[in-house]
Amino acid sequence: MRYLPHTPEDRQAMLKSIGAKAVEDMYCDVPSQALLENPVDLPSYIGEMEVEKTFTDFATKNLAPSCAPTFLGAGAYRHHVPSTVDYMVQRGEFLTAYTPYQPEVSQGTLQYLYEFQTQVALMTGMEVSNASMYDGATSTAEAVMMACRATRKNRAVLAGGLHPHYFDVTATSAHSLDIELVHPDSDPTRPAEPASVNDLIDDKTACVVVQTPDVFGRIIDLRPIAEAAHAKGALLVAVTTEIISLGLLEAPGNQGADIVAAEGQSIGNALSYGGPYVGLFATRSKLVRQMPGRVAGETTDVEGERGWVLTLSTREQHIRREKATSNICTNSGLCALAFTIHASLLGEEGLSRLARLNHANACKLADQLDALDGVEVMNDSFFNEFTVKLSKPAEEVVEALADKHILGGVPLTRLFPTRDDFANLMLIAITETNSDTDIDALVAGLKEVL
Amino acid sequence: MSVKYTNDHEWISIDGDIATVGVTDYALQQLGDLVFVEVPEAGRVVSKGDEAAVVESVKAASEVYAPISGEVAEGNSAVADDPATVSGDTSGNGWFFKIKMSDASELDSLMDDAGYKAYVDGLE
Amino acid sequence: MADQSQGRINVPVGGSQAPSTKTISGSKGLDFAEPLIFEMGEDGRTGVDLPDITVSDDRLGGMRRKDAVGLPGLSEPQVVRHYTRLSQKNYGIDSGFYPLGSCTMKHNPRVNEKVARMHGLGDLHPLQPNSTVQGALELIDTLAHWIKTLCGMPAVAMSPAAGAHGELCGMMAIKAALEDRGEADTRRRVLVPESAHGTNPATAAACGFSVDSIPATERGRVDIEAFKAKLGDDVAGIMLTNPNTCGLFENDVIEIADAIHEAGGYFYCDGANFNAIVGRVRPGDLGIDCMHLNLHKTFSTPHGGGGPGAGPVVLSEALAPFAPVPYVVHDADGYRMVEHMADSDAKPFGRLKGYHGQMGVFIRALAFMISHGADGLRQASTDAVLNANYLRAELEDIMSVSFDGMCMHEVLFDDAFLKDTGVTTLDFAKAMIDEGFHPMTMYFPLVVHGALLMEPTESESKETLDLYIETLRGLTARAKAGEADAFKNAPVLTPRRRLDETAAARKPVLRWTPPEPEAQAAE
Repeated sequence: MRYLPHTPEDRQAMLKSIGAKAVEDMYCDVPSQALLENPVDLPSYIGEMEVEKTFTDFATKNLAPSCAPTFLGAGAYRHHVPSTVDYMVQRGEFLTAYTPYQPEVSQGTLQYLYEFQTQVALMTGMEVSNASMYDGATSTAEAVMMACRATRKNRAVLAGGLHPHYFDVTATSAHSLDIELVHPDSDPTRPAEPASVNDLIDDKTACVVVQTPDVFGRIIDLRPIAEAAHAKGALLVAVTTEIISLGLLEAPGNQGADIVAAEGQSIGNALSYGGPYVGLFATRSKLVRQMPGRVAGETTDVEGERGWVLTLSTREQHIRREKATSNICTNSGLCALAFTIHASLLGEEGLSRLARLNHANACKLADQLDALDGVEVMNDSFFNEFTVKLSKPAEEVVEALADKHILGGVPLTRLFPTRDDFANLMLIAITETNSDTDIDALVAGLKEVL
Repeated sequence: MSVKYTNDHEWISIDGDIATVGVTDYALQQLGDLVFVEVPEAGRVVSKGDEAAVVESVKAASEVYAPISGEVAEGNSAVADDPATVSGDTSGNGWFFKIKMSDASELDSLMDDAGYKAYVDGLE
Repeated sequence: MADQSQGRINVPVGGSQAPSTKTISGSKGLDFAEPLIFEMGEDGRTGVDLPDITVSDDRLGGMRRKDAVGLPGLSEPQVVRHYTRLSQKNYGIDSGFYPLGSCTMKHNPRVNEKVARMHGLGDLHPLQPNSTVQGALELIDTLAHWIKTLCGMPAVAMSPAAGAHGELCGMMAIKAALEDRGEADTRRRVLVPESAHGTNPATAAACGFSVDSIPATERGRVDIEAFKAKLGDDVAGIMLTNPNTCGLFENDVIEIADAIHEAGGYFYCDGANFNAIVGRVRPGDLGIDCMHLNLHKTFSTPHGGGGPGAGPVVLSEALAPFAPVPYVVHDADGYRMVEHMADSDAKPFGRLKGYHGQMGVFIRALAFMISHGADGLRQASTDAVLNANYLRAELEDIMSVSFDGMCMHEVLFDDAFLKDTGVTTLDFAKAMIDEGFHPMTMYFPLVVHGALLMEPTESESKETLDLYIETLRGLTARAKAGEADAFKNAPVLTPRRRLDETAAARKPVLRWTPPEPEAQAAE
């Protein structure tokens, strides 16, 4: 077996050193009835060529977005990732390192985490960021738990435009901790009414959670919500599933957000069928000791040279145990590195241009679709994603388009299975990777299907 | 002014109905360099055994429990601002908080200087 | 161009004394002084070529950004060099031996990276119609089959994103099962051995349980009598790591399982140390109700400097109905994903993350599994245990092994062998860095003083282990010879020496901020 260095002679010599006659002697503490005599019922080892063949077989049974015009979003976006990113993250010193617990031999990881934290803080307009969470949905759940700790209250208002997966993950955690959630329905066929959540905020409310652009693509003004929340002693948790929107839209930190929970996949990370992604988590300095997750901080070494270490560790499970701010241990280090490198390549100008390009493509697509019979664009405002109302059920339309090798959009009922009134609604996203030919294909496809 | 001690390595300096609470040199040695201190706000009512303050070093975190019931008269903002000033000196400025005692008889169960010294010797 | 060697002296001349390491540039040969990206960028530079188009405000809801973000501008070659230089300041498994206990730092095969990047696998949107992702769903189902077979368990929840997330999944399933029995309000206590990893009590607390610690015996195992004394009708379950964090198999595990079940509780097994027993022991045969696997440990997916991982959780018949959404179903119409509680025939406790789980990690883990096969996985775990016992046997005469007898895939030492030397576990670990080894896990588990926990994994050759043994024997001899000062100074050969963690925590500086303009600073 190519990964195992020992020869039979090595194994014999080592067994002799440890005073064992056979390998079974090393398993002497295992109850004998539980010790397997033979390998389990699975295939035998195979070579690298056969491994590649196996995965090629899986891959060919899928329709990859690279082979079809694709307009899927709803929290996961297909952006172009520069070749540099994937090359750099595969350097073994990054790829095969553990969590930087020995800072003297982990300055590479620690410095990029510090750069990542700074980039996230800048983009979101916040003061501090942690070194990443699992994904946007878990970041949101952690934000609600943090708000409850910080305010010593246990009620949260979650606006109707929050991604349903984010709501479900938050509700799952909240259930365990007896946190009360208030979650009004939202109607994507009408303009967003951000102030509608304001009436639900009371003195017992720890936080109000608002996504912008919301799951239907609408851009929300957070400022009046922040004001209403703060007046009741509640925190504003701002959520975004498309971080590239912040190259064009006002940062939540500049609108009064106290915590920002976001999905960072769009920068540097492949779609990868939903994971691994990178949860972003940023907040105000005064709340930093309530923040979950690892964080890298600047310091100096014994010679006075600047360096970085993991810090504020007493919040974490390995020290605080049952009193930790979160049970999180592993985060999304390598995805955060991909984010950092892509954001470094983009820079100020690149991020701004990329955001404008996405929005311009979305405007172009919205205009063309709105002109079609049987298609109506619902949104007054959007970044690179909007909701359309179709003359037929969206699930049927999506399947019919898939038969034509077009990945046309996400039926809203896929996210809201109990909302029968959403049957004809479809979420359409477009990025810089979509060409005019893609748009033409979708328009032609819809004409045939509708 | 008398001084008492708890099993949790807190010292209590008593002046009338005001108890000044800090942590002992032994506890400080166990914790290492302190990096963060949180003290209670004045006016908070605590029962004996409640968590009243927090101390953290780089690799350890610990609660300081109220050794006696009463109302917090003052939290020491100086140690919260600069944790390096926390001190085991029962007459100095490195204390955590002062409590206006509601039941001075609770002091009876605490150790005196000699008792605490014997207790610490027993730990080593 | 040929190397113009004529006329040059091609052998080193002069003394062997190293000159002062102070350089003009701050770099030291291959150890480069590297600023932050924020200190090297220029406005107007970029590392991507995108058109500069204007967009109107009409559809931005009045929320167009007013100020710049503040990101620096760098060209592609600057970015490549910067991150190459940072990578050179890191130690990875590719660089050398990484015996970090309980972390299973094994070789990360590159074919796994290759297949994860295939277009039909890496480039799939999570909300594509099921008809367009039959291969992806089949892949997840295949991995689930391998996991269930290796564990001897009937069900697996695939979506947890890491070990601690898997713990959350398992404990939430237990809570849901108790709710189903109407006992969630009365059974709120979870028993956790004191040697447990910190995530165990943190997870129990995150599920609203209280934590009750069980002491260890002098043999490093759960004190079974103390455990039994804690059982009662308020106990929800036990969280037990097996093999445990002392590197030992819990001999009484079946008795523990029987006892917790008899008391009406459930058995959560922390599978962090599964690498010791893959293909030799099926956790299902030990009576567990649920256990997470760390695919990034046991099944070689890269740790990536702290993630991403994946933590699928195997479940017993009793807990399987409560598995979270989403999950894959295979029927006459092919594969499909059940994504919502409302669509489930069972009683899922909820959802743990967005979409379906860590697909990129699944692909790599399955590639590792099928590469090894049933026979190769059994050989790998046996070699891992052999390597740990070899370290134990070759070091126990001079270092202090905490517990006698055979160990599993890791071996625990304490600092008794350093008594009166003035050298601490930390000093010893730092000295290992100068010798080119990554240190073992230090000060964990908490049940022994100054713990040094070594996990060699099956990836290491006998030659590597022998050099490591020789080095540790040498360092021990130096410590005992009174050379404490050298240890206190270590490491000296690293990009940075020991860092001031106290200053970092007292006044946290967690991000770069632009320097204040000089005129203002002078005011």
